Amino acid sequence: MEFAELIKTPRVDGVVLHRPFMPTVEGTLCLTGHHLILSSRQDSAEELWLLHANIDSIEKRFVGSLGRIVVKCKDLRIIQLDIPGMEECLNIASSVEALSTLDSVSLMYPFFYRPMFEVIEDGWNSFLPQDAFKDLESITDEWRLSEVNKDFSVCSSYPPLVAVPKHIDDDTLKKVATFRHGGRFPVLSYYHKKNGMVMMRAGQPLTGTNGRRCKEDEKLINATLRAGKRGYIIDTRTINVAQQAKARGGGFESEGNYPQWRRIHKAIERSNILQESLIKLVEACNDQSHSMDRWLSKLEASNWQTHIKEILTTACLAAQCIDREGASVLVHGTEGTDSTLQVTSLAQIILDPTCRTIKGFQGLVEREWLQAGHPFQQRCAQSAYSNSKPRQEAPVFLHFLDCVWQTLRQFPCSFEFNEAFLVLLFEHAYASQFGTFLGNSAAERARLSLAEKTVSLWSWVNRPQELERLTNPLYEANSLVIWPSVAPQSLLLWEGVFLRWNRSSRCLDEAYDEMVHIIEYNKELQNKVNSLRRQLAQLETEDPLLHTP
Amino acid sequence: MEHIRLPKVENVRLLDKVSPGRSRVGILYLTATHSIFVESDTGLRSETWVLHSLVCSVEKQTTTSSGCPLLVRCKNFQVLLFSIPREPDCHDVYLSLQRLSHPDAKTTVLYCFSYKPNIVEEERRQDWAFMDLKANYSRMGLPNSLWKLSSINQHYKVSSSYPADLFVPESATPPVVVGSSKFRSRGRFPALSYYSKENHAAICRSSQPLSGFSARCMEDEQMLEAILRSNPRSDFMYVVDTRPKLNAIANRAAGKGYEIEDNYSNIKFQFMGIENIHVMRNSQQKVLELCELRSPSMSDFLEGLESSGWLKHIKAILDAGIFISKAIAEEGVSVLVHCSDGWDRTAQVCSVACVLLDQFYRTLKGLMVLIEKDWVSFGHKFSHRCDHLAGDPKEVSPIIDQFLECVWQLMEQFPCAFEFNERFLITIHSHIYSCQFGNFIGNSQRERRELRVGERTHSLWRYLWTNCADFINPLYRPDHSQTQGLLRPSTAPYCFKFWKGLYNRFDRGMHPRQSVEDYLRAIQEETQQLEEQLASHKQVQLLLVIILQIVSHEDKKLFSGSVRGFLIFINRRSASWRRNRVGVFPGRLPPLKRALMCGLWVATLLGSTLLRTTSEVSSAAAARAHPKLQTTARSSSLRTPNKQPTPSAPMAATRSPASQT
Repeated sequence: MEFAELIKTPRVDGVVLHRPFMPTVEGTLCLTGHHLILSSRQDSAEELWLLHANIDSIEKRFVGSLGRIVVKCKDLRIIQLDIPGMEECLNIASSVEALSTLDSVSLMYPFFYRPMFEVIEDGWNSFLPQDAFKDLESITDEWRLSEVNKDFSVCSSYPPLVAVPKHIDDDTLKKVATFRHGGRFPVLSYYHKKNGMVMMRAGQPLTGTNGRRCKEDEKLINATLRAGKRGYIIDTRTINVAQQAKARGGGFESEGNYPQWRRIHKAIERSNILQESLIKLVEACNDQSHSMDRWLSKLEASNWQTHIKEILTTACLAAQCIDREGASVLVHGTEGTDSTLQVTSLAQIILDPTCRTIKGFQGLVEREWLQAGHPFQQRCAQSAYSNSKPRQEAPVFLHFLDCVWQTLRQFPCSFEFNEAFLVLLFEHAYASQFGTFLGNSAAERARLSLAEKTVSLWSWVNRPQELERLTNPLYEANSLVIWPSVAPQSLLLWEGVFLRWNRSSRCLDEAYDEMVHIIEYNKELQNKVNSLRRQLAQLETEDPLLHTP
Repeated sequence: MEHIRLPKVENVRLLDKVSPGRSRVGILYLTATHSIFVESDTGLRSETWVLHSLVCSVEKQTTTSSGCPLLVRCKNFQVLLFSIPREPDCHDVYLSLQRLSHPDAKTTVLYCFSYKPNIVEEERRQDWAFMDLKANYSRMGLPNSLWKLSSINQHYKVSSSYPADLFVPESATPPVVVGSSKFRSRGRFPALSYYSKENHAAICRSSQPLSGFSARCMEDEQMLEAILRSNPRSDFMYVVDTRPKLNAIANRAAGKGYEIEDNYSNIKFQFMGIENIHVMRNSQQKVLELCELRSPSMSDFLEGLESSGWLKHIKAILDAGIFISKAIAEEGVSVLVHCSDGWDRTAQVCSVACVLLDQFYRTLKGLMVLIEKDWVSFGHKFSHRCDHLAGDPKEVSPIIDQFLECVWQLMEQFPCAFEFNERFLITIHSHIYSCQFGNFIGNSQRERRELRVGERTHSLWRYLWTNCADFINPLYRPDHSQTQGLLRPSTAPYCFKFWKGLYNRFDRGMHPRQSVEDYLRAIQEETQQLEEQLASHKQVQLLLVIILQIVSHEDKKLFSGSVRGFLIFINRRSASWRRNRVGVFPGRLPPLKRALMCGLWVATLLGSTLLRTTSEVSSAAAARAHPKLQTTARSSSLRTPNKQPTPSAPMAATRSPASQT
């Protein structure tokens, strides 16, 4: 196996591990192809198993003959290993460096991981497009599932099956695909059962500087409008950015060619700016100066919260157009794989109660992110600590999760899942034993045969013991539309992710446990009272005494 | 009354800051105590009441075509923008409100002197007795061999802003106390604020010494020596000056200043760097301006928050409190705290340290006692700081707000450690400013005595205690590990949050639309009912089993009628009780009645044994009643409020009170 060549020193004794808010552990450090393991070899002590893929960067320092490796993880944790012996330290560092930056997807851990649990329901088959469409078919016949992309030739980032207006044939779709960025012709993202309005998403139209036009594109999106109704096009870029895109062959829908649509521009930033924002935010959180002014100005300068506000505002706008204005919406940015998906998925969280359940949210992630072609592999290759120059990394998905968390904070009883579920998705998007977030598109996942060769994250999550941990005890199904507040005062820093390793969460965890306890105790009493009632009723009615003539 | 130039204006619009489309039209009434806006559009006749004493400022803005806008800012951070059709009317309302909100006459015009709730005099007087500071000191174990109650300030002669009853070291003789007081600003000599029973360490408070550049005072030095000696296990004590060093040095030029370490035996001197009342006033002003911004961007908000410096000040106060609490609990060293006059920063820091140190001060009762002790009795100048009367605007400062906010920040870090909730803090805040109760009138205990507040007004503490159900934190667990002993909060900057619950209290759209706390409270209420039901069901079950066992098989035929009859009785009664939401038999009955019931039961048993002859009659009656019994049983089980799987409608409704926008 190739890994063996990379591991120069597989084992070092007497290594001391320092972790935030945990006692130091001394033990043996082992390197395997996919893990950095530290074990004290005592029964009571917990072992550290760190996926190489989770390592964002490592730094080495020397204090005499003692080598010190600081490992910075993609989940934002920082751990420190004190390794006796300079050579061992150098070897470990270079091996970890190499193992954590392997380029080949097929060498990733999910291809080697064998589940230690019984798979009750195979996650790879839990959210198939055809199943989701069956639901829609029972309500409306205005849409059909097209197989035009079954070999990924029309659009490399789309799944084989997409929902399109019924009267638009595959040939039209192929023509539209040539007019949209990356071949991402408008497809159905969400159908609002309440009023039959829809949300579609696409790539930018390739109008270019000379205002190219595509009749089929106009026909396609007009097919989603009711007679005499207008729709909204939400362009996630500012008008300036959209104008500039024309020079590179992109552009936006002109009023002249799309008279039935009103275009609104928003200002969601592009990926490289978002990555910078993440780096700055994490840097601010790790600042040890303890100066309030410095913290607030760094927090402000990171612009993270500004992005959150902008994304949520745009999602609210889309939801408002659909629910309040009774209009259909088309959302796109440039490629249609980042900000577009943030908006369409968050709008569904706002509008659709099903998306606020655990299963429903998994379905949403599967539909609007994985199958919709968000390039997870590229976006999550590095996190906030990486020293190498960012290429296509961006915390687009993390932003989305943050926005969901904000909404969850504002509607604590309307979500079936809790914060831990969102944190779990963040962790697994960046490093995982499961294959779910590998690859950049459905086409890549098919090529890698992930469904056959790896285990789905959903297979693991959808087991009773995991679900119990991820369920929000306060949940009570809320069938209504939920409008989050986007006032700066209402948007908080997501402590569960960004301060997770900086402050002890013991007291907050205890409060959560106490809350669970209050609710559990109530349920227990309800059951007791009910069973006693039944017993009493039996005593009263069934005792032979009472049946004597 | 003479201030009301216009008692009623019609067609006034109350403008909505967020969405102007949602403005309401109605009538604005001016009464002696309140401005009342009555919405005329809706059938609901929604009313907005604003207490004049809560009005902070009234501002007339430029007249527009739609009317003359009048901006009313309140001390509880409510901001109301009225639009009055005619300019002269607006001007009249403006003038009236200005006079009504800031009476320049005597204190006795304040609302508390005219506030007359439906409480009899005897009860009112008892309400004042509810707050007993002596009991608090004896809770600390005082007086004891180390600390004595001094009557030296009985007539407020030594220090007019100090309370009459004070604790000083046992060895501090009256001449020492008086001598020390002469060497301290406003005569505020070192007196006890908190005493730790466990290790004898104490927090004392005073004002700054009049040391200037070289002055010394033998008695003051003896006083500190006495404080040090009353902590037998410690060989030094801290003197904490809560001011920034520069301010303290500047005071030396005016003949005031701070303790010179060399002049006092075994003191360790420490500056804390908390800013003065003027800085704090300006800082809060900036926060309020921030809150008034119309749809600010995230950057606007964070920049504004930073430039206000507010959270920096809160952190400084908490840091000082932590220093003192650690000195007491961890080092067992006594601390003397002062600032300039010893009634602002000193009050903040001492009370924050108390909250950190002592679990009692984290209870409902405890927080009230703490405010009474370190703020009210020690002469925090509420009238000046809260601007109760038209006075010097430079005396106004949100010092108590900062203390309440420190407590709130701690509650955010220790959700199970406080018996009270955020609402409790906000209610206290409101009433400190509202002047509805006499507690915060005047600037010192002496002034309140002179105003006869105890005889003429009502006490807030008793009112809060009576309504304590609204203020309980459902997560509070007295036996929880995070509740016990010293709180060790983090003061990393990211642990401090903006308190939107207070500052944006009236911007309802900004707050979580569902309240976890209300949900948990509803659950707990339900749990309590269930516990009662469970107890009663168990009793009924037990009695049934006993009856059925007592009655021998042979006798069953004979007695069954009575038993059945009794069962029917129980069923009917319990069904009707359940219908009337009284609870289930017999758990909710008073013990005496319950005992009577049981007696009746036994009597019925005995009676039936004796009355064999009537058995045939009763069994016949029971047979007729039998089908009825079954129906009752069935219907009552249908009514069961907790029948699975769904809880009953009213319960569900209370659980998600405002689930929607």
